[in-house]
Amino acid sequence: MANNTTHTTEYRVLARVLLVLMFLTFLTISVTSYHLAAFGVTVALLIAGTKGFLVLTYFMHLKYESLLLRILVSMVFVLYAVIILITFIDYAYR
Amino acid sequence: MDQTKQEPYVSYLEHKGKYTGIRSWIFTLDHKRIGLLYMYAIMVLFFVGAIMGLLMRIELLKPGETIMKPQTYNGLFTVHGIIMIFMVVIPGLSVVFGNFFLPILIGAKDVAFPKLNRFSWWVYIAGCILAILSQFLKNGPPDTGWSFYAPYSTTTGTNVIMATFAAFVLGFSSILTGLNFIVTIHQMRAPGMKFMNMPLFSWAIYATAWTQLLATPIVGITLLMLIAERLFGIGFFNPNLGGDPVLFQHLFWIYSHPAVYIMILPALGVITEIIPTFCQKKIYGYKAIAFSSLAIAGVGFLVWGHHMFTSGMSNQARWFFSLLTFLVAVPSAIKVFNWLATMYKGSIDLKPPFLYALSFIFLFTIGGTTGLLLGSVATNVQVHDTAFVVAHFHYIIFGGMGFAFFGAIHYWLPKMYGRMYNFKRATIAWAIIFVGFNLLYFPQFILGIEGVPRRYFDYLPQFQPLEVISSVGGFILITGLIMMVYNLVQGARKGEIAPANPWHGSTLEWQIPSPPSLENFDEAPVVKSNPYDYE
Repeated sequence: MANNTTHTTEYRVLARVLLVLMFLTFLTISVTSYHLAAFGVTVALLIAGTKGFLVLTYFMHLKYESLLLRILVSMVFVLYAVIILITFIDYAYR
Repeated sequence: MDQTKQEPYVSYLEHKGKYTGIRSWIFTLDHKRIGLLYMYAIMVLFFVGAIMGLLMRIELLKPGETIMKPQTYNGLFTVHGIIMIFMVVIPGLSVVFGNFFLPILIGAKDVAFPKLNRFSWWVYIAGCILAILSQFLKNGPPDTGWSFYAPYSTTTGTNVIMATFAAFVLGFSSILTGLNFIVTIHQMRAPGMKFMNMPLFSWAIYATAWTQLLATPIVGITLLMLIAERLFGIGFFNPNLGGDPVLFQHLFWIYSHPAVYIMILPALGVITEIIPTFCQKKIYGYKAIAFSSLAIAGVGFLVWGHHMFTSGMSNQARWFFSLLTFLVAVPSAIKVFNWLATMYKGSIDLKPPFLYALSFIFLFTIGGTTGLLLGSVATNVQVHDTAFVVAHFHYIIFGGMGFAFFGAIHYWLPKMYGRMYNFKRATIAWAIIFVGFNLLYFPQFILGIEGVPRRYFDYLPQFQPLEVISSVGGFILITGLIMMVYNLVQGARKGEIAPANPWHGSTLEWQIPSPPSLENFDEAPVVKSNPYDYE
């Protein structure tokens, strides 16, 4: 049910998360200069997934939400991961 | 709070708000009025799409050119598909009856975000206008089919960009509605109403809303990629530019197969409401039906590849998708068996809503079982892209969602307008629609098995008898539809005043006056038991 309490995240924490996000963006661009072949997509997805996790957890306050809501959001991640995995079954064996 | 002063009852239709006249509708925040606005738009668009379908059937009355050129036929089936899929059946039951009845069924005054709800309606209308404009602008209507398959859609000179952008805009409306419904169900339930006390239509809308929220962004970005490819020559899908056309099909069907469940899940919910009411019996297998909605939504996300068995996918992917497709039949069958078990020894009352529910089961079962032929790789290859697929699809979507929509409107019209329609006329219209529907689509199963391709303007002379039967069915069907709509409009405007609970239903909407007041309930209802408590 509803979690009506409010939470304030310290600016220091938000600033750190922002720095990490900027670093990960830089990393996304940098890894394209390495020839990782089929793993290029995997690395890009892992970095993007980590960024999404940080945004949801800190900027969207998921950290302070109920367990049910966190499970529901986690299942969305799992669903997208499964969809991507299934798509790559085709690409891997074609 | 002073409880002695009771506000006089005023229905939502008579309520005087900030605005009057047409503005009281365009700027309304009332979920019931927004539901009606969607319904009026969808009914108009449905008849436009149906007339296009009828024109195609006239063209196919005899081999060769009958009333239109081949390119006109290409445009017509594309526009028919775009209107029917993106503007009628995807929003369909969810936005009309979900908007109107979801808050009432869970004991709420409105949806969680009324302004977002109104915004979703405006976005929907904007998308519809864009889609309709794309048919009339200089380069002519898109001729790709509603699926916009690349690489043809990246090269054709017709108005593909505007049509795909319209679908993108319509998708936003769908996402926002889904989000609104999820929050409404989580946060707005009446005191005491746990998830396991919710009416099953609410469960169906809940499962649908998740699918809307999670699947629609995928097609949104895919259509933007298509637009980017056309405008800037980026090689996403066109092999000449280094792209992969099968990638388009993957991305398109990752959305568009779950979209079938966006269409059909609320329909399954409607039937689950109608059956216990007209059998005056507690629903059999409440939990199984509730969880089967979630299972259909969940597994339905993973079966898209069966649309692509002949597109050059790997063999491993084919058998994997085939297996998952067979799995999705299980929760669908759970619902059908539970409906039948509910009817067993019930006090069955063959009123029009129940007739539509019965015909839904019949037609949906034909659609579902022929779907298994398409889920099996070997038979799929035989009938892929033939009239068989057209028949299967229409049995699921029209025989399923369409008949459920008609059942829903016959079921809830007395609550929505406070008036009753003519039963005899409704029953005759149902019979005509049922006969016309089967005459129209069943021959297409046979034509498909015999190898007649879909989306073809012409055919070999030996197929004419079945094509003629199909076209005659089209005329019968449209006659029944006109009769049904006439009866409903007459009923809503001039019908007898309906009692608050004409069907002796047990869910919350039947416990309040007809039509409901602006805020639905004078006091928040307290729910303590299963919604289908007939014993």
